[in-house]
Amino acid sequence: MVQTTSRSSFLRLGKDPIQTFLYLAGGALLLYVLVVALGNVAAGRYGLRDFLQGIVLGLAQGSIYALIALGYTLVYGVLRMINFAHSEVFMAGAYIGFFAINAFSQTPESGGPSFLEQNTVLALLLTIIVGMTASSIIAVLLERIAYRPLRRAPRLVSLITAIGVSITLQQLFLRLFGGGTRSYPVVNLCFEPLQVPDQVDRVCGTAMNLLQGRYRLPIGEQEIIVRPLYFIVFAIALVLMTTMWFIVQRTKVGKAMRAVAEDKNTASLMGINVDRIIVVTFLLGATLAGAAAVMFAVYNPQVTPFMGFFPGVKAFTAAVLGGIGNIPGAMAGGLLLGIIESAAPGMLGIPSQLEDVVAFSVLVLIMIFRPSGIFGEALTKSRA
Amino acid sequence: MSLLEVHDIHTYYGKIHALKGLSIRVEVGQIVTLIGGNGAGKTTTLNTICGITPAAQGRVVFDGQDITRLPAHEIVRRGIIHAPEGRKIFSRLTVRENLEMGAFARNDTDKIARDMDYVYERFPRLKERITQLGGTLSGGEQQMLAIGRAMMASPKVLLLDEPSMGLAPKLVEEIFNVIDYLNRENGTTILLVEQNATKALSIAAQGYVLQTGLITHSGTGEALQHDPAVIEAYLGGH
Repeated sequence: MVQTTSRSSFLRLGKDPIQTFLYLAGGALLLYVLVVALGNVAAGRYGLRDFLQGIVLGLAQGSIYALIALGYTLVYGVLRMINFAHSEVFMAGAYIGFFAINAFSQTPESGGPSFLEQNTVLALLLTIIVGMTASSIIAVLLERIAYRPLRRAPRLVSLITAIGVSITLQQLFLRLFGGGTRSYPVVNLCFEPLQVPDQVDRVCGTAMNLLQGRYRLPIGEQEIIVRPLYFIVFAIALVLMTTMWFIVQRTKVGKAMRAVAEDKNTASLMGINVDRIIVVTFLLGATLAGAAAVMFAVYNPQVTPFMGFFPGVKAFTAAVLGGIGNIPGAMAGGLLLGIIESAAPGMLGIPSQLEDVVAFSVLVLIMIFRPSGIFGEALTKSRA
Repeated sequence: MSLLEVHDIHTYYGKIHALKGLSIRVEVGQIVTLIGGNGAGKTTTLNTICGITPAAQGRVVFDGQDITRLPAHEIVRRGIIHAPEGRKIFSRLTVRENLEMGAFARNDTDKIARDMDYVYERFPRLKERITQLGGTLSGGEQQMLAIGRAMMASPKVLLLDEPSMGLAPKLVEEIFNVIDYLNRENGTTILLVEQNATKALSIAAQGYVLQTGLITHSGTGEALQHDPAVIEAYLGGH
């Protein structure tokens, strides 16, 4: 009964020609990557400096992926369904967040600094909260209107619905707010206690500009470029993920979520209102996506109705990489994908614009070699 | 008026007509047993009462209130607790978390803590395995956990489906002792579905014999144990 799919794939090796081909192709790709990477390292074209730079960049991007990936994984855990509209839940957070931050950035009629300039931290926090709320509302409506009526339908039906909902939401935002790109305002946040006298910022002078600043950080003889923003994003993501982990592991509702994920009928025999727990699951995932969306928009300032697609698909890849349905897996998968994506192009000597190719190659390779993901438990036949 | 009355229920699984006008009554404080062969509809009867497979026709009345159409989680809140067939332990929750889930519908924290101590006292094996995942327990331990979990709900009526299935004789004895004890000491009303008809009838006040979705015999546990037709069909005939 407990037979892993990866194991059974190994057993099939040689019997199933397609499987054999995939293994060989995947193996060849891995070998190629390894040889090229090692070659670049040996030739000194890629060193520790580049690697650290990749990690620093990747951690921030990876935190965003991890936060979104949790939404995919939580919903998959309880419903066994990939909520492809999750990328639009993310988009909604960034989009509605834009209206908030845009309003905060208006200079008052009386003149003087805007609320955003005056109370930057508070304004940003409020924007994040607006983003989280917007995403949550969209996700709850989505569950109620689109998914719940299909709860007992074959899974393919809800999958197709998810894609339909995704397009609907993109179009809805497009018609409601127009197709023009909107940009988050450039926000500076000067942090006086941290002085960087040798690297003067245009706005903050010698004080550290936490949001826009770029600083050279010496690593031995060389140096990497660091944005304090990366660490802030990473730290906020850590706090959010820890909170989520606490909710799932320690609270009554979290335990009920795990019970529902395992067996809905038996959960209802405990007096658990399964529908309500499913709503909570969507809500939790959406909250994280909304926070991720606002942070994403602070350093990728352009928001459009279609902005959810790439982060969404990447986060889905991250969730699969970690093992879909597995919460620590989604976190680790997100960070790992972020790092791979920013480190691999340099390592392979390919343009960094190809990072998307790298990310999706990762997805293909996992699908070939370990469909259950890094942390994925054995996919038993009954659960597969 | 009985505590639990099932009136002429019809239940379908897709097109399969599983219960064809079945009626039973359970009085307060009784142990009532349902016996019958495979596919007779015993499990379906319990699933219909607890709201998992609601009846298409007929009524389930608990404590004077019609609960036929209530969702399962609402029925639990009224005090009908179902320990389903196959134990259905949450394998990825710890023993303690499984017990906590049993008390999900309750808010009386102090009383819940006392009930948990009581379950551990009753099943010391569970206490030793408090932080272990449910899935790592042996079959017997899982059955104890399933009963313990049901006890945590502070049931008015306990629906037990095949609690002795697949257990070693010594454990079967232990489980029946617990059932008897729950009934005698806690006054819990119990509706018991069992393959082990002899044992079930020996502790039951009332018994019903099911065959293909209908009651064919009913009577006191004592009377059914001596009914030649029942002996012939279900008690292995002497």
